[in-house]
Amino acid sequence: MKSHLGIRIAQFIPTIFLVSIMVFCLQQLMPGDPALVLAGEERDPEVLAQIRAELWLDRPLVIQYFHWIGNVLQGDLGFSWRIRQPVLQLVATKLPVTAQLAAMAFIISVSIGVPMGILSAVKKNTFWDYVANGIGLAGLSTPNFWLGIMLILIVSVQLGWLPPSGYVPLTEDWRQSLATTIMPAFVLGNALAAVLMRHTRSAMLTALEQDYVRTARAKGLMEMRVVLRHALRNALVPVVTLGALELGTLLSGAVLTEQVFSIPGFGKLIVDAVFNRDYPVVQGVVLVTASVYIGLNLLADIIYVFLNPRLRTS
Amino acid sequence: MRPILLLAAAAITIPLTLQAQTNPPQTLRIGIADDADALDPTLSRTLVGRFVFASLCDKLVDIDAKLNIVPQLAASYAWIDSKTLEFKLRPDMKFHDMTPVDAEAVKFSLERHLTMAGSTRKGEIGTLDHVEVVNPLTVRLVLKSPNSPFLAQLSDRSGMIVSPKASLAAGANFGQHPVCAGPFKFTERVPQDRIVVDRFAEYWDAGNIHVNRVVYQPIVDNTIRLANLRAGTLEMAERIAPTDIAQVKADPKLRAEIFDGLGYQSLSFNIGNGRQPRTAMMRDSKVRQAFAAAIDRQAINDVVYSGLFTPIAQGVPPASPFYAPEIKPAGRDVALAKKLLAEAGIKTPLTVELMITNSADQRQTGEVIQSMAAEAGFDVKLRATEFVTALKAQTDGDYEVFLIGWSGRADADGNMYNFLHTDTPLNDAHYSSATVDSLLEQTRAETDVTVRRGLYGKIAAQLNLDLPVMYIYSPKVLIGMNAKISGFTPIADGLIRIKGLKMGQ
Repeated sequence: MKSHLGIRIAQFIPTIFLVSIMVFCLQQLMPGDPALVLAGEERDPEVLAQIRAELWLDRPLVIQYFHWIGNVLQGDLGFSWRIRQPVLQLVATKLPVTAQLAAMAFIISVSIGVPMGILSAVKKNTFWDYVANGIGLAGLSTPNFWLGIMLILIVSVQLGWLPPSGYVPLTEDWRQSLATTIMPAFVLGNALAAVLMRHTRSAMLTALEQDYVRTARAKGLMEMRVVLRHALRNALVPVVTLGALELGTLLSGAVLTEQVFSIPGFGKLIVDAVFNRDYPVVQGVVLVTASVYIGLNLLADIIYVFLNPRLRTS
Repeated sequence: MRPILLLAAAAITIPLTLQAQTNPPQTLRIGIADDADALDPTLSRTLVGRFVFASLCDKLVDIDAKLNIVPQLAASYAWIDSKTLEFKLRPDMKFHDMTPVDAEAVKFSLERHLTMAGSTRKGEIGTLDHVEVVNPLTVRLVLKSPNSPFLAQLSDRSGMIVSPKASLAAGANFGQHPVCAGPFKFTERVPQDRIVVDRFAEYWDAGNIHVNRVVYQPIVDNTIRLANLRAGTLEMAERIAPTDIAQVKADPKLRAEIFDGLGYQSLSFNIGNGRQPRTAMMRDSKVRQAFAAAIDRQAINDVVYSGLFTPIAQGVPPASPFYAPEIKPAGRDVALAKKLLAEAGIKTPLTVELMITNSADQRQTGEVIQSMAAEAGFDVKLRATEFVTALKAQTDGDYEVFLIGWSGRADADGNMYNFLHTDTPLNDAHYSSATVDSLLEQTRAETDVTVRRGLYGKIAAQLNLDLPVMYIYSPKVLIGMNAKISGFTPIADGLIRIKGLKMGQ
């Protein structure tokens, strides 16, 4: 077991190192000159030279990289060139916002997708099946930004039920926090709900034709009990796997939704940083994201080993 | 298991989120079109940053609705000679940290603009030689050479005075907690979400401030900014899209303020920067004149901007006292365009590459130009480019024609000199004309407005022959606001000044 964990931990370090090189090189390929952005409209040549020197942009790429990674190893992700705030502080502020949005979107998508999938399978080839399929298809084919703007115009501007944009932290006022995030979470979770609905329907149709379901019915169990306790329990296994895989997609999918609803999360941070060539923010955000994902995977592997005795001896 | 862990991590980090604040009565929420950069007057470079500074940082002088220079922190100013400008400060003024606003602070701030690493003010006041403190309330600015536009530079960020004590303590991090002498003091900033400033009770003109708090909310999308205004979650929104003005006017709860701005939109023709071999458009002013003759400025204004903007043929906007009314935009003349192309010996269609930035209105403008120019024999290829990439292409000379605007400055010099004088930083077209250079230098040395206006008229006439740039229109400032707001003063720089503003009930 120790060697297994040792290998996993040893893999963590080179992976992060490779990510750091990749993100550094990729952003250098972006066209445009950060110094031109930072020098302001007047673009004074002396100021441009000063900025290049201050930000090490006038040094060779390799030197720039080692300067940056050296600071990162000391826990310093640098300062945002644009707003002059520590990148670590920006990341710590933004990550929870996006995590809340993704979590809410996930809950919404499961709450809508799974019951609709069950209904569609149980009422196969009826009016309800067609309605559920139609909704699923619409969910899959509706662009997020269009749905977002439509919701804002109808729910916020016309009906005045919810604020059109912005964000309030859960810790400050949970009601207001839900009010500001419910629409973006719905938009973000909408496509996943459709995917879950279709997978649940398919898995349920297979399950409902199995012998154990026929046996359950033959025993005289109520149909509700047959569907929920016998068929659904088995049908949910692939659906749960899919939902778990899609959670990561929700985090990255939040980029567009955050733009539409002006939510100050991770997605908006990185989009603004890319458009303003704010390299330290781009590098910091990607590095932190990669570290979180890899770290959580490592943690999960460790827990698997503890939970599954067979892995300890393998 | 893994998603559960992810959620657990999120739950742990959620309490790290910054605290939102409950706003006091008389809170004004203003939707701005982008997030500001560093809130340091020396380093700031964005227009939205200037909106925030309008509340935070007073300047030595300001501009009024007619673009006259009026005292702000200064009680008065006077030119002692052609190179010496003297300011007498108002007595008993305080910075937000309660330190005094005095001549030493003025000297400190101006020297900071000139010497701080990365200062974007350096180019604006580079002609300043040194600052002399005469007494605690009198300061003299001595220039290297006569420069009449210098005073107008002090009506923007270059004239903002910061607390020396706070600046020295914060160093390069001053922008995280700026301390100035404006009507509002900095409270908090959540990047990309809000900048909050609160009323400063010790402000020198506190009687004219009727708002307790201002919250600046960056909302990039025009539609969403307008939706917030209509839903009542904003009281004011800047840069309403021209196509949305009708909606604002139709809503009884809202009001639109429309007035002349300081900027312009133009076609910049690359004359001699980079590209080899030079194209016919780069080589021959007749080809550029033909292109200009094929374009109907009013049609662009009508199709893309709902007819709200003002077609121009000079870089000085109509709002400016230096605007030359005799320089009128020529009408479209396709026959003339064809004749000029024939005289230049051009076989049509002549392929021309027009670089545009990748926004909806710029693409539309490009398409209208493409369509009009085609009738005269130009085959315009549009090159839609993201703004920062386009900026780099422009400075490198990697363009033939570029549809590019300028936000404008209070003095016409800020719209002209650095773009057109030989070897100046913004002269990306590498245009060089001894006549225009001489006229531009004369405008700097001259202080009489009428004489300067005449000089700018001559410059415009010469430019319309040489055509390193074709001015298309001057945009209007479009601000939407709650109908209950009163006391708004439209000033051509487009900034929202809170002084005198009342929110109503």
